[in-house]
Amino acid sequence: MRTDARLDDLLRRQAPQILGALVRRYGHFEASEDAVQEALLAAATQWPEHGLPESPRGWLITVASRRLTDQLRSDSARRRREDTTAALVPPDGHVTPAPDDEDPSGRDDTLTLLFMCCHPELTAASQIALTLRAVGGLTTAEIARAFLVPEATMAQRISRAKQRIKAAGSSFRLPPEPERAERLRVVLHVLYLIFNEGYTATSGPDLQRSELTGEAIRLTRAAQGLLSDDGEVAGLLALMLLTDARRPARTGLDGGLVPLAEQDRGRWNQEAIREGIALVTEALSAGPVGPYQLQAAIAAVHAESPSAEDTDWAQIVGLYEVLERAAPNPMVTLNHAVAVAMTRGPQAGLDMLATLDADDRMVDHHRLDAVRAHLLEMAGHLDAARASYRSAARRTTSLPEQRYLEARAARLTGTT
Amino acid sequence: MIYMNPTVFETLSEEEQTAVMNAHDEFQKPIRESGEMVGFAALADPSNTMTVRVRDDVPAVTDGPYVEAKEFLAGFYVVDCETVERATELAAMIPDARYTAVEVRPVMDEAGMEM
Repeated sequence: MRTDARLDDLLRRQAPQILGALVRRYGHFEASEDAVQEALLAAATQWPEHGLPESPRGWLITVASRRLTDQLRSDSARRRREDTTAALVPPDGHVTPAPDDEDPSGRDDTLTLLFMCCHPELTAASQIALTLRAVGGLTTAEIARAFLVPEATMAQRISRAKQRIKAAGSSFRLPPEPERAERLRVVLHVLYLIFNEGYTATSGPDLQRSELTGEAIRLTRAAQGLLSDDGEVAGLLALMLLTDARRPARTGLDGGLVPLAEQDRGRWNQEAIREGIALVTEALSAGPVGPYQLQAAIAAVHAESPSAEDTDWAQIVGLYEVLERAAPNPMVTLNHAVAVAMTRGPQAGLDMLATLDADDRMVDHHRLDAVRAHLLEMAGHLDAARASYRSAARRTTSLPEQRYLEARAARLTGTT
Repeated sequence: MIYMNPTVFETLSEEEQTAVMNAHDEFQKPIRESGEMVGFAALADPSNTMTVRVRDDVPAVTDGPYVEAKEFLAGFYVVDCETVERATELAAMIPDARYTAVEVRPVMDEAGMEM
């Protein structure tokens, strides 16, 4: 439907501002959000044909306002028919804004909307869907394609999310100061999940999904612009940029996954690496240090290393030690064990992995098996390594991971 | 994945059989509203099965199922849930689970992490 990337970008950037303007003027987040979506769809079909209006923003506000007031009028008319006592007078006046209605609070609106869409009462899937639509300006169809579900399913998810927000009594303003830090953590986690959803998508039929990384970076960049003194927002943006920089090298010609150690570093995106390193360096020096900054710092060590062999593993181990204290979780221990194996030998890494066997939080058991397989292979225990690769291959639900793990296991067959 | 055993199903009264069919409509309503429903299909009786084998590049088509068993796959739902616990909770709501069994298994994905 929308093919012009520049038009996409323009509409997506406008979306949260138009929505913010509508909600402040009329209230009704739920209905306003629908109206903005309709206005964006109208723009996407009309502008390529008739050309850009003089003020895209004014056009969108006018069209969205008209849709919204029509909707509220028909709702209230229906309600009057059904129940004569419940008469809701639709907000009137100011329907058409001045064409150059540049809103000084438009910037805050984006932030307020992010907090609203990442409401802690919502499930992660709903937070993601609503954020992409209300703040990201993506259409329901685009979000549905990215998450491989039917459009009706996604529409339902978004509408359910809006009902929950309404039921939770959320109002259109920034969360009060005592809650804000905790709420920001949820926002950053949602942005991180959007990024990951796109990053793990390999090439081929999943190109629609990989667009999500760009979207996550765009939204995080916007958040970083608004919260430039928050080190963790900068850390998350840096982590995304440094990870996404590896994208061109992470899949081989056959579409298979290429492990970090075997990637052609000449294909890493140097511009993204430069920006990521600058962001994380500044954040770390400003303090306080948080988990996203530490993960970005680890990604930066990999990015700065000219080859896998030259990797400064001692520095990475040091960073993981700090990260384990700041935000202990089994996935961190898993990666820490790899770094330990690279500095103190595979057995030290395997000993560290053993601590995870009884961990109920270790939900990604195939990752544990896969790391164990690599370390066993390093240690020369080839039979055990093959068994662990096979076990990981059986457990993963990812086809490219399965192909990779089966290939590693097959490579060890007949070598003993 | 919903498994069906005709000998078990035939022991049910007509009301019970109708109740199973109707309960599927009731099952679908909440998962549609929650945005978890991705798709579903009811499969025809195994007597309608055609089995295809290719040997030496020559396809051979025969009537009847590949696997002869008392139970057969009668249909499936594809749901997108937050957790495995939610998926098994939904499976328990499928009426057939009371008489035969419903299997829950993840769908494979084209996405993956570099390792």
